[in-house]
Amino acid sequence: MRNRMELSFSALSQNESFARVTVGAFVAQLDPTMDELTEIKTVVSEAVTNAIIHGYNEKPDGMIYLEVELEEDLVRLSIRDEGIGIHDLDEARQPLYTSKPELERSGMGFTIMENFMDEVEVQSEPMVGTTVSLAKRLSKQRALCN
Amino acid sequence: MSLLIDLEKRDNVLCVRLEGELDHHTAMELRESVDAAITEQRLTHIMLNLEKLTFMDSSGLGVILGRYKSVQALGGEMVVCSISPQIKRLFEMSGIFKIIRLASNEQDALITLGVAS
Repeated sequence: MRNRMELSFSALSQNESFARVTVGAFVAQLDPTMDELTEIKTVVSEAVTNAIIHGYNEKPDGMIYLEVELEEDLVRLSIRDEGIGIHDLDEARQPLYTSKPELERSGMGFTIMENFMDEVEVQSEPMVGTTVSLAKRLSKQRALCN
Repeated sequence: MSLLIDLEKRDNVLCVRLEGELDHHTAMELRESVDAAITEQRLTHIMLNLEKLTFMDSSGLGVILGRYKSVQALGGEMVVCSISPQIKRLFEMSGIFKIIRLASNEQDALITLGVAS
């Protein structure tokens, strides 16, 4: 069975926790392990934060579009912004690379997404926006409730 | 869920205890309150207790690294303690343990920083 949800919200930093908690609640119906749930919430937080800081340069009038699709044990996420886009995708995905060191960014966002998810795809076009598509297959080693 | 920041001065160490979630939104508050306490009270070291931190992402790594750099510039040190396995994974991924020391609990962290218990 396929189950989808969509969410759109303002590019405000207070919506980072709203986004990850909402996705966590939606994914919870697949009974993920605690680690898997934490990983999914973390990557949502990373992608939404990137959209706010880099896509929209912290201008709150932008919107962020989030889609989640569940199918069997597969979780697919899409986080899209209509911001300035990423100039050099290969550079952006390098561990510890950040275009904004003055904001104390760690440069670990994409590295965390790649570590926590099975698939990470980034599409970006200057002045059009960025879409991050992520997929993760949940393990079947869940605690059984007898 | 937001972030609760508890600050306490012990000798020349700023004890920072976090409860809740550390992300880009709450990192800004943490940065401001820690920097103000270090400057106003002329402290040189930071003990960071993450026992009650339930969530952290790369923005948390950034603000922790930033505070490490600021105490290092003062000739100080930072010790992180009581870290959960989930948050430890992020620290390991970033290589932050190469420069920031880890202690199992607050008492050990304070001894490392020369504060008598």
